[in-house]
Amino acid sequence: MKRSTFLGATVASLALATLGLGAASAAEPLKAAFVYVGPVGDGGWTYAHDLGRKAMEKALGGKVVSTIVENVPESGDAERVIRDLAAKGNKLIFTTSFGYMDSTLKVAKSFPKVEFYHATGFKSAPNVTIYNSRMYEPAYLAGIIAGHMSKSGKLGVVASFPIPEVVRNINAYTMGARTVNPAITTKVVWVSTWYDPTKERQAAEALIGQGVDVLIQNTDSSAPLQAAQDKGVYAFGWDSDMTAYGPKAHLASAIEIWGGYYTKAAEAAVAGKPLKQTVWGGIKEGMNDLVSINPIVPEAARKQVADKRAEIAAGKLVFTGPIKGQDGSMKVAAGKSLTDKEVDSINWYVEGVEGQLPGQK
Amino acid sequence: MMGFELVRRAAPSRRMQVLAPLQAVLLTLMAGLGLFALLGQNPMHAFHEFFIAPLSTANGVSELLLKASPLCLIGLGLAIAYRANVWNIGAEGQMYMGGVFATGLAIHFQESWGAFLLPAMIVAGMAGGMLWASLTALCRARFHASEILVSLMLTYVANLVVKYLVFGPWQDPQANNFPLTVEFQDNALFPLLAALGWEWFEGTRLNLSIVITLVAIPLAWFFCQRTFAGFQLAVAGVAPAAARYAGFSASRAIWMAMLASGGAAGLAGVSEVAGPIGQLNDRWTPEYGFTAIIVATLARLNPLAVPVAALLMALLYLGGESVQIGLQLPKSISQVFQGLLLMFLLGSEVLVRFRLRRRHPTAHAAPSASVSVATAAGEKAA
Repeated sequence: MKRSTFLGATVASLALATLGLGAASAAEPLKAAFVYVGPVGDGGWTYAHDLGRKAMEKALGGKVVSTIVENVPESGDAERVIRDLAAKGNKLIFTTSFGYMDSTLKVAKSFPKVEFYHATGFKSAPNVTIYNSRMYEPAYLAGIIAGHMSKSGKLGVVASFPIPEVVRNINAYTMGARTVNPAITTKVVWVSTWYDPTKERQAAEALIGQGVDVLIQNTDSSAPLQAAQDKGVYAFGWDSDMTAYGPKAHLASAIEIWGGYYTKAAEAAVAGKPLKQTVWGGIKEGMNDLVSINPIVPEAARKQVADKRAEIAAGKLVFTGPIKGQDGSMKVAAGKSLTDKEVDSINWYVEGVEGQLPGQK
Repeated sequence: MMGFELVRRAAPSRRMQVLAPLQAVLLTLMAGLGLFALLGQNPMHAFHEFFIAPLSTANGVSELLLKASPLCLIGLGLAIAYRANVWNIGAEGQMYMGGVFATGLAIHFQESWGAFLLPAMIVAGMAGGMLWASLTALCRARFHASEILVSLMLTYVANLVVKYLVFGPWQDPQANNFPLTVEFQDNALFPLLAALGWEWFEGTRLNLSIVITLVAIPLAWFFCQRTFAGFQLAVAGVAPAAARYAGFSASRAIWMAMLASGGAAGLAGVSEVAGPIGQLNDRWTPEYGFTAIIVATLARLNPLAVPVAALLMALLYLGGESVQIGLQLPKSISQVFQGLLLMFLLGSEVLVRFRLRRRHPTAHAAPSASVSVATAAGEKAA
């Protein structure tokens, strides 16, 4: 399907060229490209980006065609792929993983007329715009459900890398759960990869073995959910709606919604006025959400989630005090909130998270 | 009933030793055409996109060389080690340590060492790779531990060392707690060929580190073919008992093999961190150390064939990317090609030691010397 539209577009543009309508014809679609860190079939992070891409293509009709490159390592290879895409005439390039940051900046320097959009980074340039989503908002909501559903009082997180983006999700999940049961604790296993179903599953099984009965993951596959289904405990979907991968174990999915942003970026580019502002959106902006809550989740939990969700959508910040650190010391006083800058560089665990954060000084 | 049978040759065929890899490549290409057709593509068009398009621009050629260079360097080291029957599987980890040692100098002596910084990093990187390899050599030579397991396990340890450093003491304070070091300054980076006045490479990433590889190729060949030490290593590999009888020290062979392969891997590590990456970070796991094992095997441990094998592996990788971008085919095609190539190579190897003979329905004279085609096919599949 994807291929046929692509070929169709090529054939159409060839036909136009032979008819002598010229390359500058207004009907020529804008070329956009997406660089993915995992396979589209991961069912999580990359899949969510690809859904966003498809939504963009659909919204813009024939005005934009897109190319994808999946499984691009976050090493020296990324720069080659991005450069190649720019050289092949793509005018919008979305690099959808943190590790592409420096490669994106390097290529952007040599292609000033191409607009680059980098997900989850912190360095920008005149033609490199950053976008990200506040996944800690749905993570907090998931925590509330976990607090209601856990019998052992032990939650688990299968985590990728100890970077601020992941640390704050672990914190938010734990904070949400502790609003229900203040004695609840969270165990974390680091798998040092974004996508490795085998490792993710092993980590999930290790957590379940330690008495964890509600899991969440900050990795890209559905393996932890499947492990939970097999072992008879609960888990969440992450990045995409993962209900189908473990319908019994699945409590809800914290999903990314990129379609709106991609559509806006493409529309702006077609209009000749590319988007340049950094976007860090959440539930309020419709960039993520908690969806597909399992019918077994009790009414009290649903109500608490709905109320909190409404608060967040109205602009209430998740990281609002009182928040205590792991050692019980007050990190954020009552009535105060962490600034975006602080949230974006957080390197400490909240009370209730067990273990030491790797690399913490 | 007419058929063919395999007959063992009196001595391995020299002609087939050269022809077997070529035959494997040819069969791979033919299978590739069929594969593209099955995927619903015009085979010739896809073929062009896979094998020709990546090489059609200066940038493509430079990317190929940039990718092949570390594979070649590590492959040369491994070829030397494997000739001595020392199975260093941990070149990946030795490469990490090369990168770590070079990074240590790059971020601590950026200001003070000026133009001497890069040469010092090259030496330090090689030393780092050798040091890591020497742990394996020590375990094997002193305690008879399996070098396969020790070197492989040490790769994971090396990866943890990298992680510890970039999450801890070497982290860039400006990096929002992300695991990276500062970006290296110019005096800690290999100069780009384009910057040295080679206009053909304008706008490409190819850098001077390729010279290290170009020098290493004849050196490795000379070491293997023309030095006494190289001869000792080869004897230790082919006939350990004869080597002992001749008074060649077995532990010396192990040390030499590990240090040579570790040093080469360390150099590859420097060429990466001081080349296209330009910093140390926790995502740097290119697996060149593992791919180079295939390179050395494909080259039949011949140092002059290693560069060819490295270029071929690099091309398979770039080709996979190219068909994905151009035709939106899955990138796993690269791995399918790698698998096909290895399978056909193993199959073709049979013809080095056996020859094909038409079976005569009447003659069953020497069954002990011949193998039926069915067994040969089985061997091929294995």
